[in-house]
Amino acid sequence: MTAIQETPAQDVAAGAGVRREALYFAVRNGKLLVGFGIAFLLFLLGFAGPLVLDAVDPNAYGTKPMSPPSGEHWFGTTTFGQDVFSQFVYGLQTTFIVGALGGGIAAVIAMAVGFTAGYRGGLVDEILNMFTNIVLVIPTLAVLLIINAYLGVRSVPAQALFIGLTSWPWAARAIRAQTFSLRTRDFVALARLSGSSTRKIIMREIAPNMSSYLFMMFILLFGGSILIASSLDFIGLGPTEGISLGLMLQNANQWSAMQLGMWWWFLPPGAGITAIVGALYVANVGLDEVFNPKLRET
Amino acid sequence: MRQYFGRKLLVYGLTFFVAVTINWMVPRFMPGDPVSSMVARAGVSNPGAVETMRTYYTNLFGFDQPLWKQYANFWAALFQGDFGISIWVFPTPVSEVIMGAVPYTLGLMIPSVLLSWVVGNWAGAFAARRRLLDNTVLPVGYVLTAMPYMWLAVLLAWGLGVVAGVFPVAGGYSFSLQPSLSVEFVADLLHHWVLPFLSLFLVALGGWAIGMRNMIIYELESDYSNYLSALGAPQRLIRRYAFRNAVLPQITGLALQLGVLVAGALVTEIVFSYPGLGSLILKAIQNQDFFLLQGTFMFIVLGVLIANFIIDIVYVVVDPRTRAGMAGAQA
Repeated sequence: MTAIQETPAQDVAAGAGVRREALYFAVRNGKLLVGFGIAFLLFLLGFAGPLVLDAVDPNAYGTKPMSPPSGEHWFGTTTFGQDVFSQFVYGLQTTFIVGALGGGIAAVIAMAVGFTAGYRGGLVDEILNMFTNIVLVIPTLAVLLIINAYLGVRSVPAQALFIGLTSWPWAARAIRAQTFSLRTRDFVALARLSGSSTRKIIMREIAPNMSSYLFMMFILLFGGSILIASSLDFIGLGPTEGISLGLMLQNANQWSAMQLGMWWWFLPPGAGITAIVGALYVANVGLDEVFNPKLRET
Repeated sequence: MRQYFGRKLLVYGLTFFVAVTINWMVPRFMPGDPVSSMVARAGVSNPGAVETMRTYYTNLFGFDQPLWKQYANFWAALFQGDFGISIWVFPTPVSEVIMGAVPYTLGLMIPSVLLSWVVGNWAGAFAARRRLLDNTVLPVGYVLTAMPYMWLAVLLAWGLGVVAGVFPVAGGYSFSLQPSLSVEFVADLLHHWVLPFLSLFLVALGGWAIGMRNMIIYELESDYSNYLSALGAPQRLIRRYAFRNAVLPQITGLALQLGVLVAGALVTEIVFSYPGLGSLILKAIQNQDFFLLQGTFMFIVLGVLIANFIIDIVYVVVDPRTRAGMAGAQA
C-alpha cells in the first residue's frame, strides 16, 4: 500500500541547485509541514513528557480507579487506577523506539540486498531475488507470533529486531529496480573505469541519486513497524515490561473498557498510533511532491 | 507462461519449506525451555507428577531423538495432517479445532478484501486529478490506512454496538442459538458478521484508494495519454485506458498486502471475539497451547500461498504480456 511510485531517479548534475529548489518547495509544502509537525509534537511529548511527569512508573496502581478525565488525571484512569496520560506518554516513547529501530533495521537489510542484487545482477541477483520473494510471501505477523510466543521474556528492542528482520522485502525489491536503472548510466561506468570499488560506487554514485527515495522508504518502513508492533502487543505478545500504545489497547480490550463506557482508556492509544503513522504518510506525500516536479499541484 | 508459473511455484514451494522449517526450529532453538515452562505453568508441586509431565511433553515433541530424525518426523506428521493434540480443548486434535475456525475467518476476509479492493480502486480512480474530490479522498484514505485495525474495530463496536446498540459486539452468533441452517440462525450469523466485516473493509479501503489515485495520475502523465488528448479523445476514454494500466500494479499490490490483511483479520476477530483463527490464536497464547499456535501458523501460511497463486493466475488472465512470454510481472 502507498508504495512510492517508480519514478526514474534524476541525476545530481545540478547538485546544489536541486537541493536549494527542494528546500524552496519543502518549506512551502503544506502536507510536509503539517505531517512532520504533528509527528514532531508527538515525539516531543513522548521523550520530553516523562521528564516533566512526576509519576515514575506509568503502570503504578492508583487510588482512584475508573475515573473520567479530570484536572488531576488528564486522560482519566484505568480499572486499576493507573493514569492513562502517563501511560500514553511512555507508550508514545516505546512506539517511536519500535518504529525507528524496526524501520531502521529493515531499511539497512533492504539496502544491502537491493543494492547488491541490482548492481551485481546475474546469479547473485537471482539468489537474492529468490530469497526476497520467499520472505515476501511468508505472512510476517504469523512468523512473529510463533517467535514471540516462545520467547519467555520479551523486550522492546527484541520486538523491533524481529519486525525489522521480516519487513524489508518490498523495499529491497524497490531499491533493486532503481539500482538496475542506474547502473548502466555513464557516470557509473566512468566511476568503474576509474577503478572505484563496488562498495564505493554504490555508496558514492548510486545511493545519493536515490536518497530522496530511500528516505521516503524509511518513513514507510517506520510506520509499518509501528502498526505491526501494535498488532503484536494487542494479541498479547507485546513487551513483558513497560508500556506501549498497543499494550494500552490490549489492556483496555481485555478489561472491557468499551463495554463499561470507559472511552478515555481506549481512545488515546489508537488515536496516538493513527496520528503518528498518518502524519508520516502525509509528510511522505509532501516529500514526494517536493522531489518529483510532476506531482506538484499547479 | 510455463516458465512464469514454474518460477512462481518454485518460490511458493521454497516458502512452504522455509515456513515448516521455522515452525520446527522455533520451539527447539529459541532461548528458554518450552517443556519446563509448560510444566511450571501447570503449577504441580508433587515431584513425581512433575517428572511424569516432563517425560510426557518430551515425548510429545520427540525431544529425546536425534535432530535430523525429529525433523523428518515433523514432515511425516505434517503430511498425515497431524498437528498434534490441542492443550486448550484437550483432547481434540489441532487440525479439527482449526477446521472449525477457518470458515469464519474466510467468510470475514474474502468479502472484505475483495470489496475494499474494488471500491477503493474505483474511488481512487474517480478522485484522481479532480481537485475537490482529491482533497477529500486523500486525507480520509490516509487516516484510514494509518489506523490500527483493532482500533477502528473498537471504535465501530463502541459507536454502533454499545452506544447505538444496532449490532452485537461479540461472538459469531448468539449463544442462545445452535448452529443450523435455519433462517433465524443465518440472519443472526449475518448480524454478527457486519461489524467485523465493516472494520476490515474500511481500513483496507484507504490504502487501495490512495494507491489507485497515485497510479492513475502517473498514467495520465504518460505519453500515450498525452497523445490521446492531443488527438482530441474524450477524457472519459483516456481515463479508461489509464485505469486498465493502473489496475495491474494494484493486483500485484493485493498479493503483497495479503500478510497485512491476514494480520488485520486476526486482531479484528479478537476485538469482536469472532470465532475464527484470530480468537484461536489468542486462546492458544493464553493457554500456552503451542501445538494449536503452530498449527494455526501452518494454516495461515498455506492460505496465503494459495491466495498468492490464485492472484498469479488472475494476473496472467488480465495481463496479456505474461502470456506472450514478455516480462510482465516480476517473478
